[in-house]
Amino acid sequence: MIEDFLIRALVTGVGIALVSGPLGCFLIWRRLAYLGDACAHAALFGVLLGLWLNLEIQWAVMGIAVVMALCLVRLQKQAILPSDTWLAILSQGALALSLVVVSLSSSIRIDLMSLLFGDILSVGPKDMLWVYALVGATLFMLVFFWRSFLSVVIHEEIARTEGSPTQRIQHGLMILIAATVAVGMKIIGALLMISLLIIPAASARFFSKTPEQMAILSSVLGMLAVTIGLFGSVEWDIPSGPAIVIAAGALGVGMVGLKNAVKQIKKFAKPI
Amino acid sequence: MLIHLENISFTYDQRVILDEVSLAISASQIVTLIGPNGAGKSTLARIVLNLLSPTTGKRWIKPGLTVGYLPQVFSVDPIFPLTVKRLMRLAAPQKKCEGALEEVGVSHLKEATLSLLSRGELQRVLLARTLLRDPELLVLDEPLQGVDFSGELELYKLISNIRKIRGCGILMISHDLHIVMAATDWVVCLNKHVCCSGAPEMVIQHPEYQALFGQRKLEEVLFFSHTHNHRHDGS
Repeated sequence: MIEDFLIRALVTGVGIALVSGPLGCFLIWRRLAYLGDACAHAALFGVLLGLWLNLEIQWAVMGIAVVMALCLVRLQKQAILPSDTWLAILSQGALALSLVVVSLSSSIRIDLMSLLFGDILSVGPKDMLWVYALVGATLFMLVFFWRSFLSVVIHEEIARTEGSPTQRIQHGLMILIAATVAVGMKIIGALLMISLLIIPAASARFFSKTPEQMAILSSVLGMLAVTIGLFGSVEWDIPSGPAIVIAAGALGVGMVGLKNAVKQIKKFAKPI
Repeated sequence: MLIHLENISFTYDQRVILDEVSLAISASQIVTLIGPNGAGKSTLARIVLNLLSPTTGKRWIKPGLTVGYLPQVFSVDPIFPLTVKRLMRLAAPQKKCEGALEEVGVSHLKEATLSLLSRGELQRVLLARTLLRDPELLVLDEPLQGVDFSGELELYKLISNIRKIRGCGILMISHDLHIVMAATDWVVCLNKHVCCSGAPEMVIQHPEYQALFGQRKLEEVLFFSHTHNHRHDGS
């Protein structure tokens, strides 16, 4: 018998994995793996700030994560500090701010562990609504602007000479990533959300010849990882975030193994 | 006339990158930009492409001008799975892509992964890609860089053929004048300001050119003239 809360968590988590597949690909293609981290820490700050000041939590989370992403895009244009330095500064800054807010607001009782590592019990019907609004909007944007997103990855200046509004495209991509991280935090947790973006995308590379194959395979692997991880989380009573990340990692190792096995078989099959 | 720059200056971070540069490119004309490192060649190309705006000076671009751009730096990370075919198809329909690849002689690379191509192959593929939108102006930033000597000759012949067949204007940046000399109509020797400009034979004799590139280059030019004659006799 599957419990209600597990179904809610599954439906939500699978939705997040569906969009974090392709978005994670863009993160690793553009070498921005740590951007997810910065956004997650910003989102954590958003949750706490929202609780402290009694704001609508989802809006506070989303708002602060998006502001973080846009700040990063802006700061990357600035030539003196490289982007990984900026990411580290802002990411740690947001984490520090969150911890300060926690200690200041003794009136609000929060479970910091569940914010950091994810908690499937916390997923309510309202969260599902948020996630599916986001999934719908993100899928629409990805399908509609796919070529534009890719051409910015391939070469930004070439895209600009062909009349593509590269600035807006990059901002759009960052907003989508930040929003996904913000809603995904509930299940995976702020510390581990980046893994759901990065690990399936990286594993998908081993079996992809085109960007499209990689994005789709990444989605599939992410959804599998969420499913396995959530059942594991219930079965062994462990936090959902780490369980999902370990499942994703195991699938990744499986992909590498499979790739090598295929190579070996091809090698042996050739002489015959 | 495709583009006309008049007394363009470009300053970045209080450093003068370009100083009062004028340049014009017409259809069917190959203009070659030469100059030492840090002379502002790529900056000038970016101003021509409208990727940068000049700090002062007048820039006129033919309204609706379509350009093709081959940048100096282009690398595809192995993490990004992209085949030549897919790269082309992102910009144009299939038939057009196949035509362009054939035009530059790389049809056989259609299925190849971009990150595994040699420098010369990549330059050809990128050149094919610039042709997809039937550009009126091609801007090629060091297209011969990192290509071996015989590859250089072939690539430059290809570029001059593209001009002949398509009648587009070409702005080419080159580290070497001798290799592109025969196909260039106009040479601009740049070192933040225009040192000298004119037909290639004129520029080579110019004291400012010789001061920048030295006697050694002149010997290479003579060597090139020899190989050129040889090829001519053979045909």
